[in-house]
Amino acid sequence: MLLWLIPLFPLAGFAINGIFGRRFPKALVNAVAVGSVLLSFLWVLKTLAAGAPLNGPITERYFTWIQSGTLSIGVDMTVDRLTAVMLLIVTGIGSLIHIYSIGYMAHEGGYYRFFAYMNLFMFFMLTLVLAANYLLLFVGWEGVGLCSYLLIGFYFDKKFATDAGNKAFIVNRIGDFGFSLAAFLIFRQFGSLDFSVVSGQAAGAPTAMLTAIGLLLLLGACGKSAQIPLYVWLPDAMAGPTPVSALIHAATMVTAGVYMTARSWPIYVHAPQAMETIAIIGTATAFFAATIGLAQNDIKKVFAYSTVSQLGYMFVGVGVGAFSAGIYHLMTHAFFKALLFLGSGAVIHSLSGEQDMRHMGGLRGKIPWTFWTMMCAAVAIAGVPPFAGFWSKDAILLAAHAHAPWMYWAGTVTAGLTAFYVFRAMFLTFFGSYRGNHHPHESPAVMLAPLAVLAALSLAGGWLFKVPEFLSAVFPAQEVPEDAGLMAISTAAGLIGIAVAYLMYVAKPALADSFADGFKGLYWLVYNKYFVDEIYDAAVVAPVVDGSRAVLWKGVDAGLIDGSVNGIGARCRNLGSVLRLWQSGNIRSYATWVLVGAVVMIVAIGMAGGAR
Amino acid sequence: MDQHLLTIVLAAPLAGLLVLLFLPSKSKSLIRVWANIASLAGFAVSLPLVWKFHVGAPGFQFVERADWIPSLGAHYLVGIDGISLLLVMLTTLMGFVATLCSWSGVNDRLKEYYAMFLLLQTGMIGVFISLDFFLFYIFWELVLVPMYFIIGVWGGPRKLYAAIKFFLYTLAGSVLMLLGILTLYFQHYSQFGFYTFEISQLMKLQLPLGVQQWVFWAFFLGFAIKVPMFPFHTWLPDAHVEAPTAGSVILAAVLLKMGTYGFLRFSLPLLPQASMDQTIVRVLAALSIVGIVYGALVSLMQKDWKKLVAYSSVSHLGFCTLGIFSLNPNGIAGSVLQQINHGISTGMLFLVIGVIYERRHTREIAEYGGLAHVMPRFAKIFAFAMLSSAGLPLLNGFVGEFTILQGAFEANRIWAVFAVTGVILGAAYLLWLYQRTMLGQVTNPKNLGLPDLNFRECAVFAPLVVWAIWIGVYPKPYFDLLRQPVTEIVERVKPGYFAQAAAVGGTDDRFLSSVTARGRADARLDRLTIGPQVANLPHKTGTSVGTSAGVAGRSACSTLPCGGAR
Repeated sequence: MLLWLIPLFPLAGFAINGIFGRRFPKALVNAVAVGSVLLSFLWVLKTLAAGAPLNGPITERYFTWIQSGTLSIGVDMTVDRLTAVMLLIVTGIGSLIHIYSIGYMAHEGGYYRFFAYMNLFMFFMLTLVLAANYLLLFVGWEGVGLCSYLLIGFYFDKKFATDAGNKAFIVNRIGDFGFSLAAFLIFRQFGSLDFSVVSGQAAGAPTAMLTAIGLLLLLGACGKSAQIPLYVWLPDAMAGPTPVSALIHAATMVTAGVYMTARSWPIYVHAPQAMETIAIIGTATAFFAATIGLAQNDIKKVFAYSTVSQLGYMFVGVGVGAFSAGIYHLMTHAFFKALLFLGSGAVIHSLSGEQDMRHMGGLRGKIPWTFWTMMCAAVAIAGVPPFAGFWSKDAILLAAHAHAPWMYWAGTVTAGLTAFYVFRAMFLTFFGSYRGNHHPHESPAVMLAPLAVLAALSLAGGWLFKVPEFLSAVFPAQEVPEDAGLMAISTAAGLIGIAVAYLMYVAKPALADSFADGFKGLYWLVYNKYFVDEIYDAAVVAPVVDGSRAVLWKGVDAGLIDGSVNGIGARCRNLGSVLRLWQSGNIRSYATWVLVGAVVMIVAIGMAGGAR
Repeated sequence: MDQHLLTIVLAAPLAGLLVLLFLPSKSKSLIRVWANIASLAGFAVSLPLVWKFHVGAPGFQFVERADWIPSLGAHYLVGIDGISLLLVMLTTLMGFVATLCSWSGVNDRLKEYYAMFLLLQTGMIGVFISLDFFLFYIFWELVLVPMYFIIGVWGGPRKLYAAIKFFLYTLAGSVLMLLGILTLYFQHYSQFGFYTFEISQLMKLQLPLGVQQWVFWAFFLGFAIKVPMFPFHTWLPDAHVEAPTAGSVILAAVLLKMGTYGFLRFSLPLLPQASMDQTIVRVLAALSIVGIVYGALVSLMQKDWKKLVAYSSVSHLGFCTLGIFSLNPNGIAGSVLQQINHGISTGMLFLVIGVIYERRHTREIAEYGGLAHVMPRFAKIFAFAMLSSAGLPLLNGFVGEFTILQGAFEANRIWAVFAVTGVILGAAYLLWLYQRTMLGQVTNPKNLGLPDLNFRECAVFAPLVVWAIWIGVYPKPYFDLLRQPVTEIVERVKPGYFAQAAAVGGTDDRFLSSVTARGRADARLDRLTIGPQVANLPHKTGTSVGTSAGVAGRSACSTLPCGGAR
């Protein structure tokens, strides 16, 4: 099936543009970058067609990568239905975003560099998805992290961009700490890192071991998928170009944690405590991030916190055992969140870089295509039936209710908040009157076409692609009773959120400010993102930095160790300079010493004799 | 011819040195060209070692033996196994890279400069190929002298302090090591009735644990200072900061490996009981872990570019020693591979510093910023070196680190937990360094007109870049090469490690079924491949469903007793 060709196309694109891109005209850079991703997409389609109906995994083994002592890890790739869904999302959305980028990046410096990084990202993301064992998955996992770092810091002139890149990389490394240890434990338990071995033997493994593995993997997933407590890097990651936010920080890379968790279902189903932890973290993150999203003024920040929140939903899904619902939401979220980001990119593009919604407004008539496509995404994320988000969110919430009703209620409240902040953003951007001083202009067709495709997917993708049915062959069956009442409640929550947003930002704009005044303390707390960054700085970063400088370097290294080394040196020199006096070469001084010695000896002997 | 190959490799730099001495001191370009030819030739003559080496054959190869001082029992005895082969190749390649990178940086006393490097080259190769303790010690001490002069003559402002510190520190260690050697020497006489420094003879000694421990600590001081392990590392930052670029490259890439090599070649095989003594293993592992974390944290805070990389070496070498004292195949193989990796990655990082130092004559990080604008090619190379050093998968560092950590984890989970934090910090100090020097806007006008890398400078990096990718993508040949010597060391320290594995395990199918049947939390599963049959494993190709091919050829598995380290 030549699965390796799927990631190879973008890798080739990266190599060509990376090496020669500087000298290429833009059209050629485009052709290489977009062409390679499209080829990859076509190859995915061909592969899936050839492999249909994919009832079992198809594995291809290429060569042994690491073989040492007890370790043997191959470069092996596998396709099953879960992989198929991920492949289609990654290459499909990836293609659209690459096309969009042609228009968005047209006037930016470092054009070839941008596309080279994007292609490299595709290579690693596809490796991650196709990997047949945890270590190869980790290759992709680290690789996408690298590309994320490179693209967040794409505008490397700006300190906040490079800071954000560093933060993303290092926070992800903290997650990788968990992932690495999980890999060691998996190897100790199963003697292999292959998914197939793990899934075959997980049932017989002790629960404590599986729980430990599950929790450590979860730490990794929390880093990559921006969950509490490691979510802090994702909002800052918006410093990168908007297509990057859409592709990496919304649609694909950040969902890798969800994918990895779903891929590890054989471990998790036997580790209920780990599952419970996932579900709780997911619920908490979904709610917590949504509240921060309520008060942001930067349009991309709103969607960034929204992404954190929506990833929380996916975690709830996999945490309560509804793996397919989690993946379902992963897919619909990829549609509507990519669209929201690309749409906000089009808005920013049309306003020559303005991101603050307080300087927008009334753009509905000026950039209608952008408005209407974004509206499709907004209704989809708000869970309005029958659009994409409705299906997947309900699948998760119903499963959550069957697991623990409080999670359902927390999720429903979050759904209301979600609808509110998304429509707040929509209303602030597109309704009312224009508050800025740029000349808004509609984006070129090359940017609008991907928006249109994503809009269609946001509207129809939910009932068009019934992921849970497709994945029923992969995941263990889970009986979730249909409950029209619960569905109605969560849908109503979304509608109420929209209505409140309309009331506060269109019908009676003064209401928003008086509301903020009324709950000043709370607003202040939310507006400042609960000061989590500041707390982390004070509790983790500062002690490490100051401790390393003052205690370890100045104290231990320069003071204690080098001090004693130099001290020994100095002692030796002092001793030497004293001893040197004895060897002055001066005959008279020697004679004196002989005399002194003789006297001392005589006296000593005399005293010894006298004593007797 | 083959039996003289090692002697040729050893003598090649000396031959180059001999010719160099007759060149007129005035004609600098002639000296430069000749030195580069000589060091390239030194690398070229070492290449046949690679393809003539029999992977998987036990013991040493290319052995050459001659009596030297019969009355003392000292021999000229050289030979290599997989471990020393890798280190010799690293030495010859880095020797050439270091010579090439000095092309425009050094103008002073050129003849002496290159002479020192060629002499150093012979000394280092000698250390890695000697199988006689007397010979080994001579080469070990020989290395000190040229390095002392390289730092002391061609170094920076505090060169004398650094050179003397380097010399005394290392000498103090090696004097104690000499006492250890002599202890073995006389013990051998009392047990066998004749004097010899031959390692293979000394390995026959039956030493009481007390004596072994004594000798171990004596060796330890010599090797630990060289590595350097915490807390014997403070000579390293000073030496690196003051040394010229090529000196730093060789120091980091090769010289430090003499210490780790010493542990592998001498401490472990000669003093097996001491090496798996609980206390000793715990102390060594603890010092390694402290080195990993401490080195990284101190590195984070450095204001001097070179000092930062120097402290990162302490951290990386901590991984190497941790791997060694995991005392299992993964730990040791990973350690050797990581020694090579450190040579490549840190070698590149020092070359990067050399490039910029040559242009600006300062290593203050605060002097830089935004260099990616003026030197884009340089920025790419530096980024590559950084990622290779930070252990990004598909580059060399990851493979070594992962294997070491796997080995450490097998030995003691807590070690691995602490050591993995070093991986986080490793990313932190490198990324921060990169941000401060390369990213942002050019704030210092002195950096505006800096020329990008020229062809020669790219050529310096090229072989290292290629090597880093090779090890990262396809490290299997290295593991194949290391399997035999590593097996011998483990078997020596923990006799029966593999036999027990084989006895309990059995065939593949039994392996799988036994795992499923057992599934205990503490089931310590070690699937092993012993000996050369592994090298002939059919490559895994084609399509298969399930697990079969991945497990093929794994001959044994077991529940092992947990040896020394828990």
